[in-house]
Amino acid sequence: MMRFLLLFSRQGKLRLQKWFTPISEREKKKIIRDMTSMVLARQPRSCNFLHWKDLKIIYKRYASLYFCLAIENQENELLALEVIHRYVELLDKYFGNVCELDIIFNFEKAYFILDEFLMGGEIQETSKQMVNRSIEASDMLQEDDNSDWYEVELFG
Amino acid sequence: MSPSVPLQEMIRAIRSARTQCEERGVIQRECAAIRAQFRQSDNGGRSHNLAKLLYVHMLGYPAHFGQMECVRMIASPRYSEKRVGYLGAMMLLDEKQDASLLITNSIKNDLSHSNQYVQSLALCTLACMGSAEMCRDLAPEIDRLLRASNSYIKKKAALCAVHIVRKVHDLGELFTPAARSLLAEKNHGVLHGAVVLITELCERNQETLERFRKVPGTVPDLVQIMKGLVISGYSPEHDVAGISDPFLQVRILRLLRILGRNNEGASDAMNDLLAQVATNTDSTKTVGNAVLYETVLTVLHIKSESGLRVLAVNILGRFLLNNDRNIRYIAMISLQKIVGTDHNAVQRHRGTIVDCLKDQDASVKRRALDLSLALVSASNVRSMMKELLLFLSSCPPELRAQAASGIFNAAERYAPSQRWHIDTILHVLTTAGGDVRDETVPNLIQLITNASELHCYTVHKLYRALLTDISQQSLVQVACWCIGEYGDLLLRGECQETEPVQVTEDDVLDALETVLQSHMSSPATRGFALTATMKLSTRITDNVDRIRSIVSIYGSCIDVELQQRAVEYNALFRKYDHMRFVLKMQSSVFCSGSNRQVSPLVFLPQVCDLLDLLGGSEVTLQPIPAVGGTAPGLFTNTSSTTGGDLLDLLGGLEPAPPELSYLIFSAAPTVQVYEKAGVALTLSCEKQSDSGLTVTLTASNSTDSDISSFTLQAAVPKVQILANSSCFTQSKSFFRLQVNLKMRIRISYSSQGSAFQDTVQIDSFPGLSAAGH
Repeated sequence: MMRFLLLFSRQGKLRLQKWFTPISEREKKKIIRDMTSMVLARQPRSCNFLHWKDLKIIYKRYASLYFCLAIENQENELLALEVIHRYVELLDKYFGNVCELDIIFNFEKAYFILDEFLMGGEIQETSKQMVNRSIEASDMLQEDDNSDWYEVELFG
Repeated sequence: MSPSVPLQEMIRAIRSARTQCEERGVIQRECAAIRAQFRQSDNGGRSHNLAKLLYVHMLGYPAHFGQMECVRMIASPRYSEKRVGYLGAMMLLDEKQDASLLITNSIKNDLSHSNQYVQSLALCTLACMGSAEMCRDLAPEIDRLLRASNSYIKKKAALCAVHIVRKVHDLGELFTPAARSLLAEKNHGVLHGAVVLITELCERNQETLERFRKVPGTVPDLVQIMKGLVISGYSPEHDVAGISDPFLQVRILRLLRILGRNNEGASDAMNDLLAQVATNTDSTKTVGNAVLYETVLTVLHIKSESGLRVLAVNILGRFLLNNDRNIRYIAMISLQKIVGTDHNAVQRHRGTIVDCLKDQDASVKRRALDLSLALVSASNVRSMMKELLLFLSSCPPELRAQAASGIFNAAERYAPSQRWHIDTILHVLTTAGGDVRDETVPNLIQLITNASELHCYTVHKLYRALLTDISQQSLVQVACWCIGEYGDLLLRGECQETEPVQVTEDDVLDALETVLQSHMSSPATRGFALTATMKLSTRITDNVDRIRSIVSIYGSCIDVELQQRAVEYNALFRKYDHMRFVLKMQSSVFCSGSNRQVSPLVFLPQVCDLLDLLGGSEVTLQPIPAVGGTAPGLFTNTSSTTGGDLLDLLGGLEPAPPELSYLIFSAAPTVQVYEKAGVALTLSCEKQSDSGLTVTLTASNSTDSDISSFTLQAAVPKVQILANSSCFTQSKSFFRLQVNLKMRIRISYSSQGSAFQDTVQIDSFPGLSAAGH
C-alpha cells in the first residue's frame, strides 16, 4: 500500500499532505522535514526512486511542485510513477492547465479529487473519466445543497 | 464549483505577509475569528471557516480546536458542510483522538444514506482513519454494501474492507465470500478493489490463500481477465499509452504471484499467460515497463518453467540497456534479488552491469556496485577486480567504504595468488585508504607475514608508496611496520619481483622521520613509525646514533602512548643494549584486533635474575614499572646469556621484594615441574586476555648451601596463526591460537663448586585446556 503523499514547492513549502496510516503530529512534521530535505537535495537528472527507512520514496517534479509518494517495499515503483502522473492529469483536467497557485487557493478541491482516485493507500478508480465525472457530480451537489437532495446515478 | 471567497481572501492575506512574524500575526487573528465563529451555533459560513482552519493546519500551526467542529459538521444535513467536515476529520482526527469515536455514529448513518456521494464520504473517511473499534462496529455494514449496491459504492466498499482487514485481521473471514463473487464484475474499479481485497486476505491468512487456490480456484478467472486486458482492442476509458488499464494488470499479476508461490498447480495455470504478457507488452513507455516489471517479478517468484525464467532475466537485461535510468535502477534491484538463485542467468549480463558502474546517477552506481560484488567469482576475479578498482578511484565518497570492504572480501575469497592479493590491497589503500575499516591494517600485516617469499617485493612496494604519499593512514601504518620488520631486505637493494632501487639507511630513516613529524599522521601511525625506527636499530649498522636521537626526542612527547614507547626504547638503549637484538626476532604472533596498535614490547623476553632471590649476587634488580597492560616490566640480567630460541609467551618470574608485587597474580594454580637436588621449579600460568598468557616460574633452593650463577632459559615452539576467516565482519578478536603449548626449560647453576645443568620439558600447563587455550 501507499503510506503517504506529499506535495511541496521548490522552497519546501507544503501544499498537500495525505497520510494513509495513523501517525502522530510530531512524527508527521519530522517526515515532512526529512522528505523535503531529501528530495530537494537530489540532482536534477537522477533516478526518481529513493530508499528511506523501510519504504520506497517515489518523487517527481512537475513545474514548481514536487510530488512525493511513499510506498511499501513490495509495491511496483514504476507503477507509482504512473499513479503520480495520473493524479497530475486529474488535477490538470479539473483546473485546466493546473499550476501551483491553483492547488494553493483550492487545496480542498485537490483533496476531494485525491479522495476519488486513491483510498486507504490503494488505487480506487482506474478510469480518468470516472473520477472526473464523480467530482463534477459532487460539485454540483454542493452547489445545490440548499435545495432538496436528488439522486445522481453514474453509469456503471 | 465556485471557490470559497473568505478562504481565498485569507490565503491571500497570509501569503502577502513579508516575514514569519507577520504571518504568525495574521494567522493568530484569523484563528481567533474562526474560534469565535465556531462558538456561534448556526451560521452560513461554517464550511468556509473550517476550510480556513484546515489551511492554517497545513502550514503547520495548531488546529486541534477544530476537532469538535468537524464532528458537528459531519452531522450536518448539508452536503457542503459534510464534505468539509469529513475532510477535516481525515486531516485533524486520527484513531488516537477521542473525538474520532464521536463520528462513528454519523458514519454509520451516512453509510446508508440515500445519496451515494454522502455514502462515499463516509466510506472514504472510514478507510482513511477508522480505528479498530469503528471497524468492528461497521464491518457488517461494509459487507452489505459489498454485495448490494452500485459499482461506485462497491469499489469504495472493497477498499474499506481492505482497511478493516488490516486493522482487525479476524474480520477477513467475513469478507471472503463477497470478495470472491466480486471477481465476476465488469467494472474495472470494482475489479481492482476486489483484487486488492483478495490479495490482502491471502497475504494475511494461509487458509484463505489455500481456499482461493483450490481447484478450480481464482487463477483461471484472473488469467481470463488479464487475457481480456492484454488482447482486447483499444478501450478509451482505461487506455494508458496503449496499455489497457495497467493499474489493474499490475494488481492481477501481483495476486497471481501470491497464488502461484510454492504451488505447482497454480503456477502451471498461469504460465502461458505470463509468457504472453512478457512478449506482447509494449516496452517503449514507462507504463508498459511497469507491467513488464511486475510480470518479471511474478515469473521469478512462482514455480515457473526454466524457459520462462530465462525470458524474465532477459527482460531485466534489456532493462539495463534502457535509456531511462529509473528502468536501469529497477533492473539492478531485481537482479540483485535473484543473483543468489539464478546466478548463471545474471552472469550473462555481467558486462552491462559493470558498465553501469560508470552511470551518472548515484543510486544506479550503488546498485551496480552491490551487484558487481555479488557477481565476482573465481573465474572472473581478475577482470572484475580491475573494473572495481577503476570504480574505486572515481566513485562518490559515500560509496568508498562499501566498495573498499567489498573488494577486500572478494579478494580474500577468490585471490588467484598471494602477490595479486597483496597488490590489490595495496591498490585499495592507496586510492581509498581513509575509508577502509580498522581491521584492515592487522589483516594486511598478517597476510604479508604469511607470504614469506614476497617480503622483499612487499617492502619495496610499500617503501615506494610511502615516498609518494603519507596521508593515507592505513597504508602508512602497514608500510612502517613492513619497513621495521623487513628493512634489511630493503637495504639490500635487490629484489626479483620488482626493479631494484638503491636505498640507503638514511633514506629509510628519513622516510620514517617524515611520517613521525608530519601533522597528517595520526597518533597510531606515529606509534608504528617510532616502533619501526626502533626495530631498524638492529637491522642497520651505521646510523644507530641517529635512531637513538630520534627515539630520545619522543621521550618527552605529549602523546602518552608515544612517550611510553620512547622511554622504554631509550631504556633499551641505555641499559639493555645487549638485548636489543630481540627486536630482530620476526614476530609471527599478534595482538588481537581490539588493540590496534601493535606493541612489539610484548615480544621482549623477560628474564629475571634469580640471584637476588637466592642471595649472593652483586647485581641489583632494576624493574621498569609496567604501564598499561601491554608493556610488561623488564628485568636486568647482565651476567646471564640469553638463548637464541624464540622466547615468547614467557612471563616474569615471581619476585620476592614487595615493591615488585604488582607482578604477582594471585589465585593461579601452580604445579611443580622439576625437582632435583634441592632445586625446584614451580610453574603457574594465568590468562590475562584473549591474547596474553602469563607463565610464572618460581625457582627455589632447599639445600643448605648457596646456589650461584643460576641461569634459566625457556623456549616455546614457534606458533602458526590460524586466522578467523570472517575477520572482516568481526571487529574484535579474530585470531584463534590453536597450539599445544609446550615449554622447554634449561637451568644451569653452580653449587658447592660444581656446575649443574638440566633440561625439563613441560607439556601441560595448569589452568589451560589441552588445546592450549
